[in-house]
Amino acid sequence: MNGKVFGALLLRDAIVARREIVALLVRTAFQPVLLVVVFGYVLPSMGMIPRGYATTMVPGVAALCLSMASLMSVAMPLVVDFGFTKEIEDRLLAPIATDLIAVEKVIVGALQGFVSAAIVLPLSYLVSGRAAGLSLSHPLLLIVVMLLTGAAFSSFGLWLGTVMQAQQMQVIISVIFVPMIMFGCVYYPWSGLEHLPVLKYAVLINPVVYASEGLRASLTPAVPHMPLVAIFGALLVSLAVLLSLGLRSFRKKAIT
Amino acid sequence: MRTEIHISGLRKVYGQVTALDGLDLDIGEGELFGLLGPNGAGKTTTIGILTTRVLATSGTAVVAGRDVGKDPVGARRMIGVVPQRPNPDRSLLVGENLVFHATYFGIPRAEASRRTDALLEQLGLTDKKKAKADALSGGQQQRLMIARALIHEPRVLFLDEPTVGLDPQARLALWDVLRELHGQGRTIVMTTHYMEEADQLCDRVAIVDRGKLLALDTPSELKAKAPGETIIEVTLDRPLPDEPLSLAGVTRTEVRGPVVRAFAERAAAAVPSLLSFAESRGYAVKDIHLSKPSLETLFISLTGRKLA
Ligand SMILES: Nc1ncnc2c1ncn2[C@@H]1O[C@H](COP(=O)(O)OP(=O)(O)OP(=O)(O)O)[C@@H](O)[C@H]1O
Ligand SMILES: [Mg+2]
Repeated sequence: MNGKVFGALLLRDAIVARREIVALLVRTAFQPVLLVVVFGYVLPSMGMIPRGYATTMVPGVAALCLSMASLMSVAMPLVVDFGFTKEIEDRLLAPIATDLIAVEKVIVGALQGFVSAAIVLPLSYLVSGRAAGLSLSHPLLLIVVMLLTGAAFSSFGLWLGTVMQAQQMQVIISVIFVPMIMFGCVYYPWSGLEHLPVLKYAVLINPVVYASEGLRASLTPAVPHMPLVAIFGALLVSLAVLLSLGLRSFRKKAIT
Repeated sequence: MRTEIHISGLRKVYGQVTALDGLDLDIGEGELFGLLGPNGAGKTTTIGILTTRVLATSGTAVVAGRDVGKDPVGARRMIGVVPQRPNPDRSLLVGENLVFHATYFGIPRAEASRRTDALLEQLGLTDKKKAKADALSGGQQQRLMIARALIHEPRVLFLDEPTVGLDPQARLALWDVLRELHGQGRTIVMTTHYMEEADQLCDRVAIVDRGKLLALDTPSELKAKAPGETIIEVTLDRPLPDEPLSLAGVTRTEVRGPVVRAFAERAAAAVPSLLSFAESRGYAVKDIHLSKPSLETLFISLTGRKLA
């Protein structure tokens, strides 16, 4: 019975997501691809940065897209669902444990992030003139890292979507997301922070770091990256912490 | 009659506000039960607890044999809910709202579509099947909520002010739907602000205020209990000092600001003495309203308030 209900909830979200795929891509994939155009094509053509920079940047940008798409695709609908209209109620009345309704959202969010990144990645690769050194030799590792990252960030979205209000969105983006992106090893590898030891260890609280390094480890295994054990360990810890925070606030919102 | 809903010692506290203050109530299987009470009485809170959406502070509630606190999933399987404010899934079309809700209850898609068409027809929404939920008027959304609550054929149906916002024709149509469901032996709990609705539809009515049960009986028994007096409500142009007045033909009075509520055996005798009282004190009479002994006068005498 639970499986059937869970499947029906998944199907509902999948159908809604499919209808809104263009909006999701515009929101989450457009900017990363333009970033790659500028930093992977325009600036290198002007000789302002070396061509090889794309090798560093493309995995980082894909990680950025993956994490933000996973987060937003859970947080945004939740803010509306729990907002004035309380339209999530028809699902909260479904005969299934409230936690499973939240877990279902996390799964769909992770998949949406996966799709976004799977579109950004090849586009970035082409735009940057087939960024040297990028390889698909570890497809399984890539998929697992992407799904794990997606799950961690959609759990983050579950939490944000149930604690914040729609009006707070803008503030949260500038105060939380912008620093997370800038200090998330998106535009530079973690190993490059060797000369800035304070920063090198301070950024470790930022889960975006593990997303970026995880994609580097999968796409450019030859380039120095954080050890896989650390990446997986940190992503799993992030997932556990964010999911339990998210579930707790979801429950609080769902049942008063 | 078997008990379908059992509520005992139910309390709900929101911070400083005690929404439910030790409610005890048993509702029988197949009953069409009305909850009547002024704004803030605790009706929605009661329905919220019974439908697993609100956690009781203390006390127990059992619906169709499932304790809503201990087995919420089991309870949800038994119930359909029409909320006070329509909350359709705005990401889905009208028809999809129903089909999906049915599938959340494990009903196969083909059967869900068949029931969707039947319910849309029954509630006069067939031509809106492919409309966005947002594009429906308030009353149409309300009807969609009723269809949604019925699609999985629940054993117990909860409706929180289901006829608010419906035009008279839609209201009567809903009454027919409810009578039909009642005829099928389903248990129905509804809240309402309309005395007439409670009187005409319900087997039994509970009057609640401030989270407490004030009266519980069949509409005709309740009417028999109503004070055998007519209530005359006179609204003056400015507040009166709050003290009992002794007037010819009036049993007793209550003063609330500019409103004097007089209880009288014979209105014909009381009205002139009320008017001359006002005139002698230099008040102007803005409005005068008579309520014959009825559910309404009982309600007023119990809660001190009129229904909104
Ligand atoms: N989520 C909440 N947080 C705080 N107080 C609440 C909450 N929900 C209800 N209350 C309070 O509990 C009391 C009972 O509210 P409830 O909604 O149950 O009344 P009601 O009988 O349904 O009224 P109405 O006829 O206006 O719908 C009110 O005083 C209300 O302010
Ligand atoms: Mg209410």
